[in-house]
Amino acid sequence: MKIRSSHIPYLLILPAVAYLAFFIGYPLIQALYLAFTKNGAFSLDTVRRATSDPMFWQALKYTILLAITIVPLQLILALILALAVNGSFKGRDFAIYALVIPLTISDVAAGLIWYTMLADYGFLNKLLLNLGLISEPIHFFGYEYRMMEFLAIVIAEVWRATAIVFVILVAGLQMISKEYLEAAEVFGAGYWTRLRKIVIPMLKPSIQSALIIRTLFAMQVFGIVWILAGRDIPVLAGEGFYQLVEIKDYGVASIYALTIAALSILLGALYIKFLKAEYLEVRT
Amino acid sequence: MNEKTLFMLKKVLFYAFIFTVVAWIIIPLIVSALYAFSTKTDYYDPNKVIPTSFTSEWVKIILFTLGAWDGIKNSVIVALLTIAISFLLGVPAGYAIARYVFKGKDTIKLSIIALRMFPIPIMAIPLVVLYIKLHLVDTLLGVALAHTAMALPFVVLITSSIFASVDKELEEAAMVFGLTRFGAFKAITLPLALPGLAAAAMFTFVMSWNEVFVASVLTLKNRTLPAQTLSIVAGAAGGAAPAYYKFAAAFIMVLPAMLFIFFARKYLITMWGITLR
Repeated sequence: MKIRSSHIPYLLILPAVAYLAFFIGYPLIQALYLAFTKNGAFSLDTVRRATSDPMFWQALKYTILLAITIVPLQLILALILALAVNGSFKGRDFAIYALVIPLTISDVAAGLIWYTMLADYGFLNKLLLNLGLISEPIHFFGYEYRMMEFLAIVIAEVWRATAIVFVILVAGLQMISKEYLEAAEVFGAGYWTRLRKIVIPMLKPSIQSALIIRTLFAMQVFGIVWILAGRDIPVLAGEGFYQLVEIKDYGVASIYALTIAALSILLGALYIKFLKAEYLEVRT
Repeated sequence: MNEKTLFMLKKVLFYAFIFTVVAWIIIPLIVSALYAFSTKTDYYDPNKVIPTSFTSEWVKIILFTLGAWDGIKNSVIVALLTIAISFLLGVPAGYAIARYVFKGKDTIKLSIIALRMFPIPIMAIPLVVLYIKLHLVDTLLGVALAHTAMALPFVVLITSSIFASVDKELEEAAMVFGLTRFGAFKAITLPLALPGLAAAAMFTFVMSWNEVFVASVLTLKNRTLPAQTLSIVAGAAGGAAPAYYKFAAAFIMVLPAMLFIFFARKYLITMWGITLR
């Protein structure tokens, strides 16, 4: 059997594309089916069941609230750190190594680690008590302390997931040609001018990728919330999980999943529209 | 203030900032490792910030009584299956994108990037229904198939950038000397790409090792480590496990991931840089 050589790339790609199409396409159709039918006919019954539950709106609120708290913090911190380690200084390699460690730590593990730090008998409380800075432990966990649970999630998520933003930005910084910066310096541009006129614009594609990735993952936040707050702080993925595993309501679970997907698509489209990358150089 | 003191001050502030951030990352890791082995009395002693007497009891209970050891075994099997399937499907695609010019290439590449962002819950929940039909519910293969869907876009993109970094001319030279395209790939490109591919495989391993949603939804008895941990420490009862169990579980989960980053740290930054642009 002779295969035409122009077909080869397609044949090489086909298995991967077919696999993805099946594992993304089938669940998507199935989710729509579970969410919008009843006894085989189109029905909004499941939608009504999901949206009449106050937990749905709470989950939507907290998911968005967490994202708009965490993502900007991560971006700013990662940008400062990336710029800081871009120069050379003593201990730079160790600093980079330490900063990327959380990259491989799962959200469940990060949740557990921060529980260790913030529990009533945790490190932070014991430290502050022994230093005499507080006389009562600070309570982070429990339904009455929901805002503190929220704070604990924010701390743990910033701790865990800033690394990915940092890595993307460091990689982006390394791709900026030194010549631009040197030329700007020759013409008398100070650090801030160079940062504003050259570094940030050229870093825009990296910032955009990092923002998209972090925001979309924030829509799916689950393990860390489940560990630190359980359902005190409901989030979309957590409620979907709860509906599926505890209530066994596949339809409502699908609606949670579809809400995450809809939010992801919406946010992805917004980012691409409003953060159009400007290239200072023609890329080949 | 003269220029020299200003310079020194800036330097001190810079180091103070870096030191603070590094400490903020590392201290929780050290503390949770210490607490994982601390005795109960030390943990509940308000005057002991750092425990001084240690026991491996909690780690042992988590591992052997509460099933974390089985979780580790399951996690390893799932991760290896995920690597095998996603590389089998992804490496040819990555090679095609790196080496051939063909119609629709950009569209295909873009769609694959878009799929990297696909929300996991929407995949996992309907898969339960399919898996019930296929008798894949609560099987490790089932979890691995779902993890492959999650890892495959990444494998395609990363392998394509690894192959693209291997000089095309070396391969062409080998073909001039009479090797077939596949022969040239095997003799030249593959060995040169191997370190990068190994790094990609390790990253795939970590992705699967850390994933909790799919694994929790698709399994009940055969749970991976994160799913097992989640049900131990925050099961239906809602965080009933005593605190020191939680620390022991954290320690068990973090150790392998940290070993990975130690070995793969050289590749991490380049890997992400190329994939994401």
